[in-house]
Amino acid sequence: MPKLTIDGIAVEVPANTTILQAAESVGVEIPRFCYHDRLSIAGNCRMCLVDVEKSPKPVASCAMPVGEGMVVHTKSERANKARGGVMEFLLINHPLDCPICDQGGECDLQDQAMAYGADRGRYNENKRAVRDKYMGPIVSTTMTRCIHCTRCVRFVTEVAGVPELGATGRGEDMEITSYLEKALTSELSGNVVDLCPVGALTSKPYAYAARPWELRKTESIDVFDAVGTNIRLDARDRQVMRVLPRIHEDINEEWLADKSRHAIDGLQYQRLDQPFVRKNGKLQPATWNEAFTAIASKVKGLAGSKIAALAGDLVDCESMLALKDLMAALGSTSIDCRQDGAALDPSVRASYIFNTTIAGIEQADALLILGSNPRTEAPILNARIRKRFAHGLPVAVIGTETDFSYKVEHLGNHADLISKIADGGHPFATVLKNAKKPMIIVGMGALARSDGAAILAAARQAAETCGMIKDGWNGFNVLHTAAARVGGLDLGFVPGMSGKNTRGIMEGAGKGDIEVVYLLGVDEIDTARLGNAFVIYQGHHGDRSAHRADVILPGAAYTEKDGTYVNTEGRVQEALRAVFPPGEAREDWSIIRALSEVLGKTLPYDTFKALRARLATIDPNFASVDQVKPATWGNFGTAGAIASSAFDYPVKNYYMTDPISRASRTMAQCSEEFVLGGKLKSGTHG
Amino acid sequence: MSVRKLAEKQPATFVFNDEMLARAKRIIAKYPAGRQASAVIPLLDLAQRQEGWVTRPAIEVIGQMLDMATIRVLEVATFYTMFNLSPVGKAHVQICTSLSCELRGVGEVVRACKEKLGIGMGEVSADGKYSLGELECAGACVNAPVFQIGDDYYEDADYANTSKVLDALKSGGTLPKPGSLTGRDNAAPKGSPLTLVDDPTQPIPKQDFAVAKAAFEKAKAEAAAKAAAPKA
Repeated sequence: MPKLTIDGIAVEVPANTTILQAAESVGVEIPRFCYHDRLSIAGNCRMCLVDVEKSPKPVASCAMPVGEGMVVHTKSERANKARGGVMEFLLINHPLDCPICDQGGECDLQDQAMAYGADRGRYNENKRAVRDKYMGPIVSTTMTRCIHCTRCVRFVTEVAGVPELGATGRGEDMEITSYLEKALTSELSGNVVDLCPVGALTSKPYAYAARPWELRKTESIDVFDAVGTNIRLDARDRQVMRVLPRIHEDINEEWLADKSRHAIDGLQYQRLDQPFVRKNGKLQPATWNEAFTAIASKVKGLAGSKIAALAGDLVDCESMLALKDLMAALGSTSIDCRQDGAALDPSVRASYIFNTTIAGIEQADALLILGSNPRTEAPILNARIRKRFAHGLPVAVIGTETDFSYKVEHLGNHADLISKIADGGHPFATVLKNAKKPMIIVGMGALARSDGAAILAAARQAAETCGMIKDGWNGFNVLHTAAARVGGLDLGFVPGMSGKNTRGIMEGAGKGDIEVVYLLGVDEIDTARLGNAFVIYQGHHGDRSAHRADVILPGAAYTEKDGTYVNTEGRVQEALRAVFPPGEAREDWSIIRALSEVLGKTLPYDTFKALRARLATIDPNFASVDQVKPATWGNFGTAGAIASSAFDYPVKNYYMTDPISRASRTMAQCSEEFVLGGKLKSGTHG
Repeated sequence: MSVRKLAEKQPATFVFNDEMLARAKRIIAKYPAGRQASAVIPLLDLAQRQEGWVTRPAIEVIGQMLDMATIRVLEVATFYTMFNLSPVGKAHVQICTSLSCELRGVGEVVRACKEKLGIGMGEVSADGKYSLGELECAGACVNAPVFQIGDDYYEDADYANTSKVLDALKSGGTLPKPGSLTGRDNAAPKGSPLTLVDDPTQPIPKQDFAVAKAAFEKAKAEAAAKAAAPKA
């Protein structure tokens, strides 16, 4: 461990640490543009020059390993003069368009020019101008502003795994571009906007929308996938203007998936802002009282067995608990939070969570993916797999061949291959057995089938025979696609005694056995199969199910309410409200609480706090926020025949998976660009 | 130099011919497995030798051959000005217009080329036989001005001898031997050598230091007297 002195502070750091990292460890900040701690070192911006004693020239601290006895001065006159020189060169060609630049106010170059820039330029020649490049519907470019730090190039190559960006030409003529100016085909492309230290890459949907100092910042949790990415909601007035990632080393590091970042414009369209009641076959606007009365007149006196409830993908735990309590009060046990019908076993927690944890992927040394495409189901988690892959992680996939952004071995696409691996008869089973920390990821493509329980049992057996379950390591993982799923299973939003599950409820409704179906944000079911049942839809968007509903109760989207979400790892996280719901819409738990009073089954909590306290009594996990406790291994799944049919990945179109993203214009552009491939284009198009 | 981009008009496909493919394979085999991307520059050169210029399909084919992202090949192809990104004539004439050649009068060479070939800088003749281009320092400054036809350098060029070379090129005759057009040997001085002319086998002649010292003192005294004298 070399010892060195930085600005008079003695510091001892491991060998191979750079001067910049060593300085950071003692709180000495060194300006930088190209250096980023999650990307490889480029050393091309030269902003991090420091003065090292006995060195004839200033040294680029981001690329210089520490040496024994080094004496570093980061604030000496020579260092400051060197950085001033670098800044002067950067500003030679950088336009003075800060007043119209979206990066203004949160720009590294702007900030550092305040510290190191001169008040005038000495360069009288023309500034260079660069043609803007097309990078897709999410990234807007003003390439004249580019300072060639190559952070974006390194990000898409290393983290996103789609080497599509590059720097062509040389010297003054260097330009950042994608090959033939095609759109970036990554689900993480929005992150290059955060990485860009200047205003060269900015957010297209957010262009000229707001200034950073006008925004109210709320720290919250993302719900578009089951990863539970930590986000910051930036709102102005009553609108969420943008979503940015927050750093959480164990979940998203500092990345954010494109849908989570850009689907928020969907919160402005197709909103349910007042209750509706179906009269004479048509949905008519109504008051809350009329809506509740309509429900009461249908439900009162009805046997509990004729009532059922389903919970959707974006629902918070508190609302689910309130609805569960209400259904219990009405005597119904037919409730289910698994609208896709996945064969998840709620009795053993280890059977439905991502036991390895997302950060744990970095320790794994062999991976089998079963019926899941993490790239579209959880892009952030996929980036973590790719990070591990870069250090040599053998990955095998049972499922359709597709680009995972890293190299995988396709074992085939027959569901029964998993039995062969469970028997140890498959070559990849040997790879798993020889690995120290093997892991398996079971996706909804494998579990949401009629033989899902048998596949779950086979996956459990495979985990046991291949040594994935041992002291300090649990390699069995279920990757969910819905933010609400693990929470729903934890709090028991599943069929009770003689209750029906999703499939049973749908069939019952079709046959007329079930007369009332309560849909809490459920939009991924085939509403045509609900027969003549009286459908109550509570949600925030006029999406698929709202059209079928008999009563619509307008709820709040995830940005408009406090709520608890449990991610696929089983990590409990609390989201906060950034703005109020539109119009007459209310927070979901309060709607259910109000309805319970009209139905004469008043729920015993009057405040959100009381409801959250009740949540903790159901499962103490809910009280330990942001912690992952190892779940106890148990027996789960039902052994049975597995059909040899192919797995179907659950996410067909990454950009449209839920009511919010289906209402989003940005997501519509993305799905046209990336998924439909311009097939919808007509003669009148653009 | 200007921004280097792929040409607008591109052929549909590119295939290495048998000879080039064999050479490409030999080049790739020089590098350890997994490091085949190191062969990108020689392969781009082979493609250029085959087609005359580096085409977009060639960039894509090379990317696939070397298991590289296409953008990485494009980066290399746009970085080096020796790769022609648009079609050039059968005889590609490039003139070095960097500082040394400029000082030694390359303007006359440029004028000769423009007049003889009937095309301007960066242009290709209508029949596709000739093209004229600029070359950033050819690295032969000692024999400046320099121009290049294909792989061959012609040095010590001026209006007259450049015209002669180009006449030979146009008439299809044999071109003069590459190198200096004034007949000097490589980079040796014009005429006879100016340094190392003594016979190294002979002893160094003895010097009379007393005579040398007297001459030095005399010169010093003269200079002092000159400095002391009032200015006229």
